[in-house]
Amino acid sequence: MILGIETSCDETAAALVTVDGHIRANVVSSQADLHAQYGGVVPEVASRRHLELVGPVVREALGEAGVTLDDVDKVAVTQGPGLVGALLVGLAAAKAIAWSRRLPLAPVDHLRGHVASLYLEPDPVEPPFLCLLASGGHTLLLDVRGYEDEQVLGTTLDDAAGEAFDKGARLLGLGYPGGREVDRLARDGDPAAYDFPVAQVPGLDFSFSGLKTSLLYATRELSADELDARRADLAASYQRAIIRALVGRVREAAAQLGSPRIAVVGGVASNSELRAALPDAALAPLPLCTDNAAMIASAGRFAATLAYPGYLGLDAYASR
Amino acid sequence: MADTVTSSPEETEALAAALAASLEQGDVVTVAGELGTGKTTFVRGACSALGVRERVTSPTYTIGHRYHGADGEVSHLDLYRFAGVSAAEWGDLEPYFDDAIAFVEWPEAGEGVLPEPRYRVRLRHAGDAQRVVSIDEC
Repeated sequence: MILGIETSCDETAAALVTVDGHIRANVVSSQADLHAQYGGVVPEVASRRHLELVGPVVREALGEAGVTLDDVDKVAVTQGPGLVGALLVGLAAAKAIAWSRRLPLAPVDHLRGHVASLYLEPDPVEPPFLCLLASGGHTLLLDVRGYEDEQVLGTTLDDAAGEAFDKGARLLGLGYPGGREVDRLARDGDPAAYDFPVAQVPGLDFSFSGLKTSLLYATRELSADELDARRADLAASYQRAIIRALVGRVREAAAQLGSPRIAVVGGVASNSELRAALPDAALAPLPLCTDNAAMIASAGRFAATLAYPGYLGLDAYASR
Repeated sequence: MADTVTSSPEETEALAAALAASLEQGDVVTVAGELGTGKTTFVRGACSALGVRERVTSPTYTIGHRYHGADGEVSHLDLYRFAGVSAAEWGDLEPYFDDAIAFVEWPEAGEGVLPEPRYRVRLRHAGDAQRVVSIDEC
C-alpha cells in the first residue's frame, strides 16, 4: 500500500493506493466551501492551514481504507512545483511518517501526478499517449512516452486555461468555482453569439490572456440589464473559444505525432464541452481531475524511490 | 515618472525592460491594475531584460514563481486570491523576497505587510489595445 500526500496549493490531501493501482481511500480537505463564500479568494493561503489539516487528513485516509501505518509500504509526496511553504508541510509529514516506520519515500512532481491520475484502476491507461494537462495553475501539452518519461510540447504563454475560466466567471459576475459556473451557464447560451478570438501563437503553445481581455471589452459595453440578458451567450461563446483553443492544439499535436491516443487531465478535464469535443480521449475520472493525493500515490508507484533515510535532506521546489 | 501610453503588449514589455535596468537585488516592484490590463505582460518584459529564460506566466493560482535571472533570482508573486496577508501567510511569502528582485501583482492585499516597494506600477485600460502605465518611484 502506498500513502500519498499532496499540499502543493490549496488542498491538503492524503490517499491510499495499492501497489497494483486500486484506490483504497482518497481524502481531500477541500476548502471549496470557503472559496465559494469568499468568491474564490482564500481566507488564508498559508502553510499553517496545511499544518493543521495534514495529520487529520492522513488519519482519515487510513480510517477510510481500514488500514494502519503497518500496512503502508511506501510514502509518496508532492515535491513541487507549488508554494514552497505549503509543499514543505507535506514533505515534512511524509518524511516523518516514512522515517518513523523505516519506509522508502518517493518524491513526486505535481504535474506528473496529474498524468498519473490516468494509471489507476478500474480503467488504467498505459503510455504512450498525448496528454493535455489543463488546470487553474497549469496548461501543458505532453508527449507521454513512459510512466517516467514525457516531453513538453507546449505550455501557456500567459494564463492557464482554468484561470481563464475563473477570471471569465468573475467578469461575468458568476460564483465560484468559476469553471463549473461558466460550464453550467453556457448550456443555456449561444456559443456563436460572440466571436471571441483564439490567440494565434507559434508552435504548440497556448495563450488565454487576450481572450480574457476580449470578454472584458464585451462586458464593458453592456448595461447591467443587457449583461443579465446576454450572460449565458457570453459564457457559451467564451467557453467555446477556450475549448476550441485547447482542442485545436491537441489535434495539431496528434497529427504531428502520428495519431497517438489522446488523454486529458487536470481540473479543466471536468468541463463538459471539452469532454464532448474529445470523444475518443481517455479522460481523468471526475473525482481525480482537481488536486488530490490518489494521483500522487499513483505516480509514486513508478517514481524513483529513496530508501530510508536518504530522503531526509529532500527539499521542495517552487518551479519546474 | 510621468504616465506613458502603450499601444501593444510589446510596448508595455519594452517599458518594463527599461525599468528593469535600474533594479537591484532586494528591490520590490508592485504591479497593480484591473483584469486584462497587462500586469503579467509587464513583469514578463522586466524579467526578460533581467535575463530570465523561463516562461513568465500568471501566478494567480500558484501564488509565487521563482525565476533565474542573469545576475540573481527573480520572484513573481500574485495576491489576487488573498483577502489580506496574515502573519502565517507572510511566513510563506517572505522567502520570495530574500535575495531576489520581487514583482507583486494584485499587491492591494499586502498593503502595509509586504516590504516597501521601490517602484509602484499601475496599468489602466485606455481603449482598444492602449494602456496607461504609471510608474512611481517610492
